Amino acid sequence: MEALKKAGTEDSPEIILDREANNMELSGRSLPEDVITFYEPVLSWIEEYSKNPLENTVFNFKFSYFNTASSKVILDILTLFEEMIEEGNHVLVRWHFADDDEDMQEAGEEYSDMVDVPFEMVMYS
Amino acid sequence: MAEPKQNPDKGFLEFVHDFYTSMKDNEIKLVYEGKVTHQITKAFIALAEAQMEKDEEATKVQRVVFHVMVECLQNISRHADEYEPGEALYSGKGVFMVSNTKEAYCITTGNAIYTKKIPELEATLKEINGLGVDKLKELYMKQMREGSLSEKGGAGLGFIDIRRKTGQQLDYHFLPISDKISFFLLTTLIPRSL
Repeated sequence: MEALKKAGTEDSPEIILDREANNMELSGRSLPEDVITFYEPVLSWIEEYSKNPLENTVFNFKFSYFNTASSKVILDILTLFEEMIEEGNHVLVRWHFADDDEDMQEAGEEYSDMVDVPFEMVMYS
Repeated sequence: MAEPKQNPDKGFLEFVHDFYTSMKDNEIKLVYEGKVTHQITKAFIALAEAQMEKDEEATKVQRVVFHVMVECLQNISRHADEYEPGEALYSGKGVFMVSNTKEAYCITTGNAIYTKKIPELEATLKEINGLGVDKLKELYMKQMREGSLSEKGGAGLGFIDIRRKTGQQLDYHFLPISDKISFFLLTTLIPRSL
């Protein structure tokens, strides 16, 4: 499966979706002009991946900021993981947040309440 | 053909001076009137970030100001109705102001909306203002789950997010412009002691 990679910009996150390297990550800022268009390839990639996933899927969210429109798409991504788990796959979400960013920590905790997906909260300084 | 004026008249100079003084008196750091594009949004947040960094503003306050600015600017670009009859349904035009005092940052937006939309908008704002921390969280989660992204890319989450991040009431006003159009003003205070 071909990897999907995109460098981050001032308004969009870095995307690393690489099955072969077992590396899946969204990081940085997310306030793209058109959230739907920006995340469409990400959602498609994950849907495709979910048909033949690794034995253990680990997905890293390492946002420093995301706007409310992006927050909805993040839930859509998590819902895909939930479906994978329902089909018997192992998925772990690692939610990274800066040690002084309570709001980002809380956002992760809220998502973990909303979906049946294991979360690991990872604090960084 | 009219010649360009070589010397602006006295009235204009006085206006500029009054405008400047008024901005200083109200500690207004940024005023913008016009179309709010994504480029404008990015430019303003970059400007505010640089300034807050320079002022050594607390990280928490910087983050909240950033959040509120983005949501407010995207509200204008997605929801502002046309002020005058035109082709575009959404004009995306409005007024955006940032001021700050020792106590707080103040972010104000103003844009035209169709008067007929006021009851629904006001009901939403009232509901959000009436909720406590836990209920706001519930509403946010419900809206994320059940709401869908509109064509304009809004998720109906902006006001709830602003209220949650600032801990303040949403301060809003509607002023009539014509029988069909009103001006919607929203002021958000971000205490520097957050």
